[in-house]
Amino acid sequence: MRLSDTHRLISSKAEPYGDFVHVLRRLNIDGPLLGGVLLISALGLVVLFSAVGEDMRLWLSQVARLGAALATMFVVAQLSPDFLRRWTPWCFLAGLVLLILVLTTGEVGQGAKRWLNLGIRFQPSEIMKLAVPMMAAWYLHDRQIPPRAGALLLLAVIIAAPTLLIARQPDLGTALLIAASGLIVIILAGLSIRLMVALAALAVPGALLLWKFMEDYQKQRVLTLFDPNSDPLGAGYNIIQSKIAIGSGGLFGKGWTNGSQAHLQFLPERDTDFIFAVLGEELGLLGVLSLLCLYVFVVGRGLYIAVQAPDTYSRLLAGSISLTFFVYVFVNTAMVTGLIPVVGIPLPLVSFGGTSMVTLMAGFGILMSIQSHRKLLPH
Amino acid sequence: MDLLSPIKDHHSERRLFIGRVALTSTIGILLLGVVIARLVQLQVFNYEDFAAQSQGNLYRIEAVPPIRGLIFDRKGRVLAENLPAYQLELIPEQVDDLDNTLRRLALLGLIEAEDIPRLKDLSESGPRFKPVTLNLRLSDEEIANFAIQRPRFPGVDFRPRLVRHYPHGAAVAHAIGYVGALSKNDLARLDASNYAGTAHTGKTGVENSFESNLHGDVGYRNIVTNALGRQLPSELADLFESLPPNEIPNPGANVYLSLDLDLQVLATEALQGKRGAVVALDPWSGEILALVSAPSFDPNLFAVGMSTSEFAVLKNDLEQPLFNRAVRGTYPPGSTIKPMLAVAALETGATNLKHTILCRGYFMLPNTTHRYRDWKPEGHGVVDLHTAISQSCDVYFYELSVKIGIDNIHDYLDRFGLGRVSGLDIGGEHQGLVPSREWKRNAFRHPEDQRWYHGETVIASIGQGYMLATPLQLANAVAAVATRGIRYQPHLVAAIEDTLTGQRTMISPTPLDDVVLKNEDHWDIVIDAMHEVMQGLRGTARQAGLNAAYEMAGKSGTSQVISIAQDEEYDEEEIDERLRDHALFIAFAPVDNPRIAVAVIVENGSSGSRVAAPIARKIMDAYLGYGSNATQ
Repeated sequence: MRLSDTHRLISSKAEPYGDFVHVLRRLNIDGPLLGGVLLISALGLVVLFSAVGEDMRLWLSQVARLGAALATMFVVAQLSPDFLRRWTPWCFLAGLVLLILVLTTGEVGQGAKRWLNLGIRFQPSEIMKLAVPMMAAWYLHDRQIPPRAGALLLLAVIIAAPTLLIARQPDLGTALLIAASGLIVIILAGLSIRLMVALAALAVPGALLLWKFMEDYQKQRVLTLFDPNSDPLGAGYNIIQSKIAIGSGGLFGKGWTNGSQAHLQFLPERDTDFIFAVLGEELGLLGVLSLLCLYVFVVGRGLYIAVQAPDTYSRLLAGSISLTFFVYVFVNTAMVTGLIPVVGIPLPLVSFGGTSMVTLMAGFGILMSIQSHRKLLPH
Repeated sequence: MDLLSPIKDHHSERRLFIGRVALTSTIGILLLGVVIARLVQLQVFNYEDFAAQSQGNLYRIEAVPPIRGLIFDRKGRVLAENLPAYQLELIPEQVDDLDNTLRRLALLGLIEAEDIPRLKDLSESGPRFKPVTLNLRLSDEEIANFAIQRPRFPGVDFRPRLVRHYPHGAAVAHAIGYVGALSKNDLARLDASNYAGTAHTGKTGVENSFESNLHGDVGYRNIVTNALGRQLPSELADLFESLPPNEIPNPGANVYLSLDLDLQVLATEALQGKRGAVVALDPWSGEILALVSAPSFDPNLFAVGMSTSEFAVLKNDLEQPLFNRAVRGTYPPGSTIKPMLAVAALETGATNLKHTILCRGYFMLPNTTHRYRDWKPEGHGVVDLHTAISQSCDVYFYELSVKIGIDNIHDYLDRFGLGRVSGLDIGGEHQGLVPSREWKRNAFRHPEDQRWYHGETVIASIGQGYMLATPLQLANAVAAVATRGIRYQPHLVAAIEDTLTGQRTMISPTPLDDVVLKNEDHWDIVIDAMHEVMQGLRGTARQAGLNAAYEMAGKSGTSQVISIAQDEEYDEEEIDERLRDHALFIAFAPVDNPRIAVAVIVENGSSGSRVAAPIARKIMDAYLGYGSNATQ
């Protein structure tokens, strides 16, 4: 097998790194993945410093969150894939219960019920970002691959239940991402291409149905995508200003902390969802491409880990985590550049905020666990 | 489902998985390619466009309104000025408890309690840093009151602004007009860029007609702003590229009127409690000395701004204070047209100095039974032209009118400016009406209505029937008599002063077509008779002309508002005030060297000589420097 050859090649190549690689291995840490994640985070902190208006206090709080997220990643990496698999159904169930609790007793913030206060305030939807692909992978673990019709039906329920609960909060962006992470598991498990095409065809009436259930602000976002100039001071404002910011950055950017769009508050949500525009304005096309390269490297490493994974559960989970990460990157960058409607999805590892970063790092922890525990299993 | 435990083929499963990773990766790379292509499009191909747009975002040009020019009367007294007024403002982002703040302000009487919901809405809708005006004009007492309480109202403060102020308010309102808030309609006719910073514009009168002089030129100031429009401190502004230079606004020109404030005040007082108008002008230049319409209104209300209900009260007032009677009010001129008609009769040979008639109190057209009555039921006896004017014998003019004919009447009255717009520099004039056969043919649709009847000529000779004139037209006409036919266009603005250089541009009188007579002596005949009206033994207005140190000429007019049936007597006591006759009077003085011509109308004033003539006398006294109201 050609890929096994490649694997042997990489393993043998790993020898010259010596003690350092050894230490990382013992700590169940994947060196290349850690390197990629740290580089993205570092670049992210540089951009964020400018985006928060050079506010040291805000910036340090993000550094602290990054530290906590890295610690989470380290802890999760120590949990073996078998352990994770055994606890997957409970994890999923707990997530479902918490989502129902959010809808009944949750705290309202910015017009939506997303937060739950159980001693600490958190968004149960974050749990589901990992629990849904885990559950889907768990379900397929000892079933026939590609899945049969019955299995697909149950998988549909596994994905639909949390998606709908989150969409009700309403948090359409997260709901769509969670649905995507589950769907990716099914696609990776070998969902027939014919069925995929059929599902894509169903997407048209599905979209119409979705439109009916959308909130006005969500409809507005879709409508302004097609013609942002129709409402330049209202809903189209974000997209217009963000395009101006990125476009005016040019090849090399206006220089770090010199973005007029970002610093004179033309750019809305500049430190969260629209931070990519700050990067584009201040560091130009070069800065943007550098970040995208780093993302591609991390996704590639994740997919490599998935291909190397020894069993169905780890393979599907690793693949889903990596590809979902890519979806995050794509959705955010496409939204900021005005290619798709504005859905509230942050730029992973760069945007200000802790919750989503902890979840992302936990995901990378799972990837590392899969990679580092692989050697314990027979080939 | 799968009850038989399926045998998992790990190798084929892994192969399938690798295939799917390859598939999804390909899709991913394609999607990424789209994003990168988009970035290249934005940052490379459209770079210049977006760079320009981001620069445009950065600084904003703010218009700086010019200071409006002042308006003065002929003696340099200020009629319109700009006064700092203090307005109460609230900055929403600095107020912790909006409801409480507004409630406490209402308790202090600084805002109306009923306005609270509107102000609350206003404070919550706009940008949080943008001040909301709570009260447009604080009195000194309110300022003092608030100053003590200020620490208790964070985010609320008073700020000065310039407000148009008319110190003599109602007395000059109809001549000067007023400024009001700039509306969309105004912007459609004005140069919008020049008004970018202006909040008020002239709506009527001089303020409106001389808007282009008074307004000035807008200036510009560049400010660096953020997206919310908030101005940034200038140090930060220095960080960014140099901005185009600022432009200081050019203040508006000062306007000097020919109007005499003393005459305005005097006429306003004379018309107090009445509906009417006074127009006085200099016959040798057309300069308007007084232009008063009563009742009047306070133009300051418009400058400061009033509520819809306040405006409705003013607008729906039955006395019509907003209606400029002096230039827009049309009245049957009554006997005041007799001097002009006498000129027509003399010129057309319909009469001469010796021609007399026997007035028996009524006149009948040949072969008819309708009696056209004289104001004096018992008649004037034997009457010549001189007596016909001085005692205002209607029958004499009834007879003449048939001889002159309506078309000649129209022709001569037209030469005196009746029935046409005079071209007063504040516009808004009504053209009045001098009927003719041609006019009647065009004015009516049905052929039977288009025919001119002799009877209509008869009543036209005493300024009744279709005939209508404005007080301004009557003043112009009597001025033409005073100058013996020399006519000038009436105007209010005498000079315009450039505020920066102090240079004054005088407005020279605009001559109109003179009334040229075949025999100049005819003027003397008419003027002598008008002199007799005021200072003769039997003149109709001799009471108004008593004890004068100068010689004056005039003609009274009393025009019917309703028609009286053939055998009915007009009884002043019995008739509703609104249906009483209008009182008119025209005059000029001094007779030998006319310096002022006056037209007075008092609506439903009953008698021209008793009610209108004394007002004209007061005006002339004051202007010529006599009596208690002397202005010189």
